[in-house]
Amino acid sequence: MIYKVISKPEFRAFVDALVRANTSYGPRQVDTDHNGEPIYQFMPVASADEIAFDYTVTTSSAKHLLMPFREELSKFSFKDKNWDQEVEYDAPPIVLFGLRPCDINAINILDEVMLKGPYPSPYYLARRKNTFIIGMDHLPLPDCFCRSMNKHTTDHGFNVFASDIGENYFLSINSSKAFNFLKEFETSDPTYEDDCKLIERRKLIKQSFKTNVEVTGLPMFLDLEFDSPIWEKWGDKCLNCGTCAMVCPTCYCYNMEEHLATDLESSSREKRLYSCNLIDFAEVTGGHNFRPKNGDRLKYRYYHHYRGFAVNDNQQICVGCNRCGRACLAGINPKDVINDLRLEKESCVTCVLPSPEKS
Amino acid sequence: MVTDHGYKCRITNIVPLSEHEKLFQLRIVDPHERALFTFRPGQFLMLDVPGYGEAPISISSATSNREFIELCIRKAGHVTSALFEAKQGAFIAVRGPFGTSFPMEAMQDSDVLLIAGGLGIAPLRAPLFWINDHRDHYRNVSFLYGAKEPSQMLFTYQFEEWKTVSHIDLHTIVEKPSDEWTGRTGMITSLFDDITIDPKNTWAIVCGPPVMFKFVCTHLDKLGIPMNRMFVSLERRMHCGMGKCCRCMVGSTFTCLDGPVFDYWSVMNLKEAI
Repeated sequence: MIYKVISKPEFRAFVDALVRANTSYGPRQVDTDHNGEPIYQFMPVASADEIAFDYTVTTSSAKHLLMPFREELSKFSFKDKNWDQEVEYDAPPIVLFGLRPCDINAINILDEVMLKGPYPSPYYLARRKNTFIIGMDHLPLPDCFCRSMNKHTTDHGFNVFASDIGENYFLSINSSKAFNFLKEFETSDPTYEDDCKLIERRKLIKQSFKTNVEVTGLPMFLDLEFDSPIWEKWGDKCLNCGTCAMVCPTCYCYNMEEHLATDLESSSREKRLYSCNLIDFAEVTGGHNFRPKNGDRLKYRYYHHYRGFAVNDNQQICVGCNRCGRACLAGINPKDVINDLRLEKESCVTCVLPSPEKS
Repeated sequence: MVTDHGYKCRITNIVPLSEHEKLFQLRIVDPHERALFTFRPGQFLMLDVPGYGEAPISISSATSNREFIELCIRKAGHVTSALFEAKQGAFIAVRGPFGTSFPMEAMQDSDVLLIAGGLGIAPLRAPLFWINDHRDHYRNVSFLYGAKEPSQMLFTYQFEEWKTVSHIDLHTIVEKPSDEWTGRTGMITSLFDDITIDPKNTWAIVCGPPVMFKFVCTHLDKLGIPMNRMFVSLERRMHCGMGKCCRCMVGSTFTCLDGPVFDYWSVMNLKEAI
């Protein structure tokens, strides 16, 4: 890692040059909500002027730029009672600007899942290798809990990371490509004062978190509380719409679809991002559903996010961005569900009789 | 190869087994791919019918058969219904093999108890063939097979061969007997009365509908067979076979990567497995 300091106008010029020359995506205001607050999304940008540098959070994550909601995996062409399969890894280089540390950590988790293990995904690899990421730090929203998940800082998964230290940005440069780009712009080595400002900035961010979710020992809790009534309670609220998975930066479950062309000469195989809250997620042919109840499915989403699966070394995959909580139409959010789960357990403690010598 | 393309296969033979089940014999078209393709008993394939999609199917053939792959398939969903329309000579594809397998080597010098319910006989054919290929390595081999009705019994034409050539002690039972049925009637667990089990020296393989596992494994546990010597083959929805689509997750693990073959001890530790 190489550290540099760059003035804000110069950084803007650097970003502008980069997005003008490449297919780029960055945060843009797309609408306002019912309270008049701006709604941001990662959208195509053609110049620095289109980017909302001071954005708070995007409604959806940047996941769909690496894992499109609909992705063609292969094509079949039919001829003379035979067929040919054609696979393309079509991934033009893109620049992804303005990702927050939690979003970068989410991509690191997706890297873990998609690129490690016995079957790395060539589709994901093609996109990931061709993605240039510029990260930026920010002050958290009141309901962010990335600090609880230890995902509020990041030291890898980006090409350049910019920390706001007042009049300048403190740059962490993590790739030779980024270093070469920056050669054309005026940067300087950080002074002791810059280092102090960075530490102060980090402290400020850390102290600004208002939401804390206690996740210590949660994997064991989830096992112990597998049959807890709270799953049914929250499950009854769930609308099975899958919105949480669509906005989540680390949900990667998918469905496969086959589309036969009307001329019957070709078909395409598509992968579609899916959600474990959708009713038929675990339904097998013949109609048997291994998770027929809302509560069962909701529990599995929490299981996957806070207990982790063997495929990603049992690490928790939630980054604490609370996009799912904000987007949920039924008001279900991780903080309340996890607190509820813990209270379940604490209420058991109150049932324990005091020891004889104390009574 | 297994992540995007499949091995193109020609359907070389189709054997009707019952009203809803057929045995498809496939041959990988490319000789190099055919030579590369190996599997272990208990593993499965993603069967690919272009234009329709993929479905996970257990391999039913012998590991020693390097020329053909046999798949016992029930006409149940979109993909299998399309396959049932296919004729001999048609081209389909397979991806794999995927998943874990039965520990056939560890079972050597012991008794083996195979228990199948309904279509559960399909994944058990591979270990049966394996035992036949290495019969001297195993002691007593018993095979308990239950079906709903006599007409739904699969591979009946091979029963005699298994008994006489492979020296397998075969016991069958049906829930609803027909007029011609002269064998046992009842639940599969009542077949345990017909065999003698040396629990300290027996390995068990169980495969069948989800409802069957608990009954059978609990019974085997009572008989004293250690949980780590009982193996089950679980069925779940699968779209990839590679631990990526998450559709087959059970407890905190994936049926496609850490299964479909699990020992019963692991299953007991997996929430919602059976």
